[in-house]
Amino acid sequence: MSKVKRGKVVRYNRWGYIFLIPFMVTFIIFQLIPLCTTIYNSFFENYMSGLKQVGPTFIGLENYKTLITEGDLGKYFTNTLIVWLIGFVPQIILSLLLGAWFSDPSLRLKGQRFFKTVIYLPNLIMASAFSMLFFTLFSDGGPINSMLVQAGILSEPFKFFSSISATRILIGFMNFVMWFGNTTILLMAGMMGIDPSLFEAAEVDGATPRQIFWKITLPLLRPILVYVLITSLIGGLQMFDVPQILTNGEGSPVRSSMTLIMYLNKHLYSKNYGMAGALSVYLFILTGILSFIVFKLTGPQKEKKEKK
Amino acid sequence: MKKKVLSALLASAMVASMMAGCNNGGTNPAPSSSAGQPAQSGTAVNNDAAEGKVLNIQVWNEEFASRLTNHYPGYEPNDANNPTAGGKIGDVTVNFIVTANQNNAYQNQLDAVLPGNASLDADKKTDIFLVEADYALKYVDASANVAMPLSELGISDADLSKQYQYTKDIVTDANGAIRGASWQACSAGLIYNRAAAKEVLGTDDPAKVQEFVKDWDTFNATAAKLGEKGYLVEASVNDSFRVYSNNVTSPWVKDGKLTIDNNIMKWVDDSKVLYDAKYTTTDPLWDGDTWKGGFYPAGKVFAYFGPAWFFNFSMGADQAGSIANQGGWGLTTGPQGFFWGGTWICAAQGTDNPTLVKDIILTMTTDNAVMKEIAQQDSDCVNNKEVLKELAADASGNLAILGGQNPYEMLAKGAELVDMSKISAYDQGCNESFQTVFKDYFEGKQTKDEALAAFKKAVKEKYPELTVD
Amino acid sequence: MADQTNMNINNRKSAGAHMRARRTVCYIVLVLVSIMCLFWFYVLLINATRSHGDLTTKGFTAVPSGYLIQNLNSLFHSSQPVLRGMVNSILVSGLTAALCVYFSAMTAYALHAYDFALKNFLFTFILAIMMIPTQVTALGFLQLIRGMKLEDNFIPLVIPAIASPVVFFYMKQYMESALPLALLEAARIDGAGEIRIFNSIVIPLMKPALAVQAIFSFVSSWNNYFTPQLILHENNKKTLPILIANLRSADFLKFDMGQVYAMIAFSIFPVIVVYLILSKYIVSGVALGGVKG
Repeated sequence: MSKVKRGKVVRYNRWGYIFLIPFMVTFIIFQLIPLCTTIYNSFFENYMSGLKQVGPTFIGLENYKTLITEGDLGKYFTNTLIVWLIGFVPQIILSLLLGAWFSDPSLRLKGQRFFKTVIYLPNLIMASAFSMLFFTLFSDGGPINSMLVQAGILSEPFKFFSSISATRILIGFMNFVMWFGNTTILLMAGMMGIDPSLFEAAEVDGATPRQIFWKITLPLLRPILVYVLITSLIGGLQMFDVPQILTNGEGSPVRSSMTLIMYLNKHLYSKNYGMAGALSVYLFILTGILSFIVFKLTGPQKEKKEKK
Repeated sequence: MKKKVLSALLASAMVASMMAGCNNGGTNPAPSSSAGQPAQSGTAVNNDAAEGKVLNIQVWNEEFASRLTNHYPGYEPNDANNPTAGGKIGDVTVNFIVTANQNNAYQNQLDAVLPGNASLDADKKTDIFLVEADYALKYVDASANVAMPLSELGISDADLSKQYQYTKDIVTDANGAIRGASWQACSAGLIYNRAAAKEVLGTDDPAKVQEFVKDWDTFNATAAKLGEKGYLVEASVNDSFRVYSNNVTSPWVKDGKLTIDNNIMKWVDDSKVLYDAKYTTTDPLWDGDTWKGGFYPAGKVFAYFGPAWFFNFSMGADQAGSIANQGGWGLTTGPQGFFWGGTWICAAQGTDNPTLVKDIILTMTTDNAVMKEIAQQDSDCVNNKEVLKELAADASGNLAILGGQNPYEMLAKGAELVDMSKISAYDQGCNESFQTVFKDYFEGKQTKDEALAAFKKAVKEKYPELTVD
Repeated sequence: MADQTNMNINNRKSAGAHMRARRTVCYIVLVLVSIMCLFWFYVLLINATRSHGDLTTKGFTAVPSGYLIQNLNSLFHSSQPVLRGMVNSILVSGLTAALCVYFSAMTAYALHAYDFALKNFLFTFILAIMMIPTQVTALGFLQLIRGMKLEDNFIPLVIPAIASPVVFFYMKQYMESALPLALLEAARIDGAGEIRIFNSIVIPLMKPALAVQAIFSFVSSWNNYFTPQLILHENNKKTLPILIANLRSADFLKFDMGQVYAMIAFSIFPVIVVYLILSKYIVSGVALGGVKG
């Protein structure tokens, strides 16, 4: 009996590979091959001078060295992290709060559907359109400034886009507004996946909502939190559209809001394939390290293995 | 229910698009079709059977498409309201491939298609592409060889004799071959607010106003006078940048080395003083609030720097209440002469429609009748000495926007003086980066030395082949 | 006994008051958050109804003006094929969403339901792929597409969606809570083939997750500017974000802010409508998934 079953299982399991074929084929063609060309490019001096191709000449790690010594890589990495944090911290706090409220059956909030629908709405707007809108709203003579001046809060218009912190905060805020609805939906989905009898039991035992949240919801939410954290971090490292359009690709003032991808874009602009390749590899490594740290800190993998 | 809503939406969208289609047919303006039909028989472009049936034109906006639609004899547009939808010339289909300028996309597109153009299928070949002054050198380069020398098309120097020299210099390669032609001459001047001039300077006569702005020192002194009355001398420091950068003694890049000219540094120093005294701003051109606001009396801007296309199209003449609308601008030479913009037509190497391309270039850039029509209908300052002379000679060149002033004599004189020897293929990138880093300097975010270092870094990013120190 | 009941009732009373207070706080926060979300759309819609001159001189006003029809009219008659762009966007985003969720579910299913030698390795591998920022491969991607002569084609925009590690990861997480393996075993005993099990049992069970992710991927494809602008050059192939960028940058000769706003409104409006139609399904779908867990 058990023998027969094992044979069957093995036969079924072949399907695991079969079902993976579409993913793998697509991945290899559209991601792996481009990735390899990109890495390969990073070891060459290879760019366009006008319409003339310079190179490709093999130069080993020269591009990597140049990026570190001349390229302010660290500065742009810090910019990216700062702007990401400005957006992410309020986002995760508000999302947890809203998620907890929405999934709390005892609160019986009315109009939930309306609110859920509304908070996800900003995610629908194109990042380019959204940043253009912000650019006009917060410009020197824009509506926000005229409101503040009229209300007597400011004596003369505040130049948002000439201030390092204001520009960073605006970018962070836009990311926050665009993504907290998404995060809330994900967290809520996770919270609703928690067995309601757990909450009931806790309530019967006289636990306060706060206790329920910290002792039950949060620990059980860990896998989905890790997912949110990692996708947001990766998204944050790829931040491009919003600061690019808001600062017209310059990361102004003094490149304090230039992100890594904007910097990459600068090299793509000059068709400097070697440099762009090396920068991509750095990005790749950075993303890997950060994600690894997050994985280690939250350690869901370990638990899973233990469970099994 | 939902399905119903959805299908209703789809249906209404379809109706809307059909109506849009009908409209196009219905409102087809008579002049363009009547201008098209009779000429068609006369066109007789000797389009022998060996030549292609598709003419592909690379553009970044609809300017050339509408010029071709409105002025090229025998051109039948597909959609009279939308020039870039293409059309037909005889039995040749004309396609416009539009790639926006933003983020260098247009140049990227040219870089992608032009080098391998000759080996493409006949119908996919680019036949004509357009370039702007800032990057024209890149595409007329002899070794790149993506634009055909006009002589190879059978266009002689004599054919181009009425054009201004600078418009030919800019598209002349190292071997002296001309590889493009323009229908515009974009010499420019100082466009001043007549009301402000009267109030502060006591006159709005162009010759007298010129005395107050005749060189940079006088200009800056006048700025203080204007400042006292609450006027900005110019909307933004970026306005005067082109004037300074047009009058350098050496190009941005010479022999692969970046040079920062003294006149550019003079712009930095002059502008810093003006900005600190609040006589101007660091607004970006086109979408800055102060910059746009100055087109209206309430904006209190004294002057802009620009060519004919600038005051005709960019200053809100069609908006009620704007200074342009009331004819409140005047034009004078300003501290230094300069030019700005212009579009050149290049024949793509490998085109399979050389005869038609030749005819388009000749018609659009040398035909007196067509060019006068362009000047009068579209208010372009055309690249044709004879036509400009005619316009300057009588009232046909008076412009309402300038309070009836006739600018053509001045513009024609300016066009003669434009000196193209100080341009390099790197101008667009260098100009952009320079203005960006020095905005931070003006606003006190970094020192002059830091700004210079940042500029060099930015140039190195854009053009790795240059030495910057 | 009686004491206890009494206490319980007291508890409940104070709990009731407490609950009301909490609820009030919730509503206040929710309303503020909603304002924060809707304000931008409001500004957009207002500005879409205003004329260029109005927009450049008067700053912001709270009430709409009467230029919407005129702005839309000039939009439809501009050099931008906006209607065509909308059709293209719908086509690309719809196909992307469909392929993305179906094949991500399939991939997740492969790793969820079967045991095979490379399983753990492949799982880690796909997670690692997730870390590759899309822009990193842009360079090689473009070279590849040129080599395959797939420029001005929707294929390079749609097909890569089959391999979406992020969606895969979500599906995998969802399956862990919502797809009991015993169910599959039962289906096998009934003699169903593996493909049929996937299509007629797994997919329907996954509906809530599919819907959520379909929306996500539809929207991100709809808003995607980076990749399409690299690949699409022919006017009739362009998607809406490219047209928006064109409108913004191309032609200062005809620069018209009213038209710009109208264009933005025109391109986000359909997404909002589709979203509003589907949102009920999504929200209840999420709840449904919760019950299953």
